[in-house]
Amino acid sequence: MSELILSVEDLTVSFDGFKAVDGLNFYVEKDELRCVIGPNGAGKTTLLDMICGKTKPSGGAVRFKNYNLTGMIEYQITRVGVGRKFQTPSVYEDLTVQENLEISYPKRRGIVGSLFFKREQELLKKVDQVAEQIFLHEVLRHKAGQLSHGQKQWLEIGMLLMQDPELLLLDEPVAGMSAREREQTADLLNRISKGRSIVVIEHDMAFVRMIAHKVTVLHQAEGSMDQVQSDERVIDVYLGH
Amino acid sequence: MLDRARPSAAAATASAGSAASRDWVEKYGLLILAVLLLAVLPLSLSVFRLGLAAKYLSLAFCAVGIVLIWGYGGILSLGQGAFFGLGSYMMAMFLKLESTSADSSAQALSSFFGSTLPDFMVWNSVETLPWWWEPFHHVWFTIPAILLLPPVLAFVLAYANFRKRVGGVYFSIITLSLSAIMSIVIIGQQGVTGGVNGINDFRTFMGINLDTDTAKLTMYFVTCVLLLLCVAAGTFILRSRLGKVLVAIRDKEDRVRFSGYDPALFKAFIFAVAALFSSIGGAMFTIQVGLASPSLVGIQPSIEMVIYAAVGGRLSLIGAVYGAVLVGSAKTFFSENFVQYWLYFIGGLFIFVVMLLPDGLAGLLGRMRNRVHTKQEADKPTAQAQPVGSTGIAK
Repeated sequence: MSELILSVEDLTVSFDGFKAVDGLNFYVEKDELRCVIGPNGAGKTTLLDMICGKTKPSGGAVRFKNYNLTGMIEYQITRVGVGRKFQTPSVYEDLTVQENLEISYPKRRGIVGSLFFKREQELLKKVDQVAEQIFLHEVLRHKAGQLSHGQKQWLEIGMLLMQDPELLLLDEPVAGMSAREREQTADLLNRISKGRSIVVIEHDMAFVRMIAHKVTVLHQAEGSMDQVQSDERVIDVYLGH
Repeated sequence: MLDRARPSAAAATASAGSAASRDWVEKYGLLILAVLLLAVLPLSLSVFRLGLAAKYLSLAFCAVGIVLIWGYGGILSLGQGAFFGLGSYMMAMFLKLESTSADSSAQALSSFFGSTLPDFMVWNSVETLPWWWEPFHHVWFTIPAILLLPPVLAFVLAYANFRKRVGGVYFSIITLSLSAIMSIVIIGQQGVTGGVNGINDFRTFMGINLDTDTAKLTMYFVTCVLLLLCVAAGTFILRSRLGKVLVAIRDKEDRVRFSGYDPALFKAFIFAVAALFSSIGGAMFTIQVGLASPSLVGIQPSIEMVIYAAVGGRLSLIGAVYGAVLVGSAKTFFSENFVQYWLYFIGGLFIFVVMLLPDGLAGLLGRMRNRVHTKQEADKPTAQAQPVGSTGIAK
C-alpha cells in the first residue's frame, strides 16, 4: 500500500442533533483519484466541508500529511495544500479570468506582500499554462461573471490548479455541463491527477466511469468501479434496479 | 452552446468599453482634479470662499476613505466621524495649548493655578491640565499621534470583529455606536474636552499666525496636496493585488478563505487606511476652520460623509472629492438661504442617488462616455466584429 495523504477517522458531525456524518472512516492515498458517490443526504458535501475547514466536526480526526486539520481554520488548511471546489461554481465575478487566476497564486498572501505584489514571469507563465488547460485561454480578459456555467466550473478548477494543492476536493465538477463539456472535464481531471490526489463527489455515473479508479459509496463500503456497480447493496441504495 | 457564448461575448465588449473609460477617468482624473484644486479654485475664489472649499476638502478625506472601505471592501462604516474627530481634537489640543501659552491673560491666570490652562478648563473649574493633554504641547508628538493613533485603533477594533466574523450590518451598527459614544463622551466631559462648544479660538500654529491670508492660502495648498496624495495612495492600493483581493472579499468573502487569504486582516487593513485619511482630514479641518466640535464627530456627520461618497460614486476615489465639495457647497447654500429644508434635501438626494445613480456622478460620466464610445464603434463596422468570446466548445 502506498503512502496515505489523507486519513479521516471516526468523523462525526451533528446539526441540531441530526447526525449528518457518523463515525466515518475515509482514506486517500498519494496520487489517487477517488470518486465519492452516495444518495442525497449521505453527507458527501459535509465530508468535504469538514476536510477543508468550512464545517467543524463534533468528533473524530482529519489528518492531512502531518497536519491535524481539525484544529486549523480555512485559510491555513488551504495554505498547507488542500484545494476545494464548491458545488455551485464560486468565482470572483467582478474580476477578470486572469485576475481570478492570479489571485489564486499561492505566494505573498499577506498585507504587505499583496500590496507590493509584482507579476513575475513565473506567474504569467503559470496563468497561461493553466488557462490553456481549462480551455479559457481566449477569455482571459473577460469578467468571470460573463462566463457560461460550464466555463465557471472550469475557472474554479483552474484557480485550484494555480494553488498547486496536493489534495484537490471537487464537489460535483460537471454539474450543469453539456455532454461534450463533461468529456473535456473528464479528460482534464485525468490529466491533472498526475502528481496529486483528487477526491471527486459526483452523481453522474457515466462521468464517474470515465475518471474513477476507486469509488467510495457513502453509505459505507468501497471497491473498484466494477465491484461497486455490481454490488447489490449499492444498486439498492443508490443506483436503483 | 455557441448561442450561449454569443451574448456573453457582446457583454464582454461592452465591459471592455467601460474598462477603457474607467482607465481614462483614472489616468486624467487625478490630473484634472489637481489643476482644479491647485490652480483654478485659488485663482477664481476669494480667500473667504476658498476657506469654505478647504472645509469641504477636509471632509473629502473621509469620503475617499469611504470609497475604499465601502465601494471596494464592502464595509459600510457609519463611524468615520469618530476618526475625523480624533484627528480634529488632537490637532485642536495642540493648537489650544500653543495659543494659551502665548496668551498674556492666560499666563496671568497660570500664576494663580500653577500651570497654563486652556480658557474652557478655567471656566469649568478644572485646576490642573489632565495628563493626557500634556504630550500635546509638542508638535513632534501631535503629528505622529494624528497619523498613528486612529489607524491603530481602527485596525484593532475591526480585526477583533472581523476575526469573529462579525460583519455586514452588525459592523455598521458597531461603527455607528462608535461615533455616537465619541460625541457623547466629548459633550459629557466638558471640563477636559470643551463639551458642546468644542475647542476653538486658536491663534498660531508653530508660531505662524493663522489669521493672515498667506497662512490660509498655505494651509489650503497643504490640504489639497495631502488630499491628492491620499487619492493617489488609494489608487495604488486598488490597483495592487491587495485591491483585487478586496473586491474578491466584497463579493465572495467565504471563497477568499479557500484561496488562502485571511479576509479579516485585509478588511481591518483597509479600514485602518480609511481611518488614517479621516484623521488627516480632521486635523486639516481644525487648523483651517479653527474649531474642533462634537457636531462633526457624531452620527449625523458620519452619515453625511457616506452620502458624499455615494453622490460622487462609491467606486471612484476622485468622485468622492467632487461629491464632498458639491454636497458641502449645497449644504452651505441651503443653510444660508432656507435652513429648515437642508435635512429634507440631503435625505432626498440620498434616495435619488441610491435609486437612480448607484455609481454616483462618476458612474454617470462613465455611462455617458460609453454611449459616445459605442456609437463610434458602431460607425466603424469591422473593428470589433469577430466574436471575442470563443471558447473551447465553440471551436
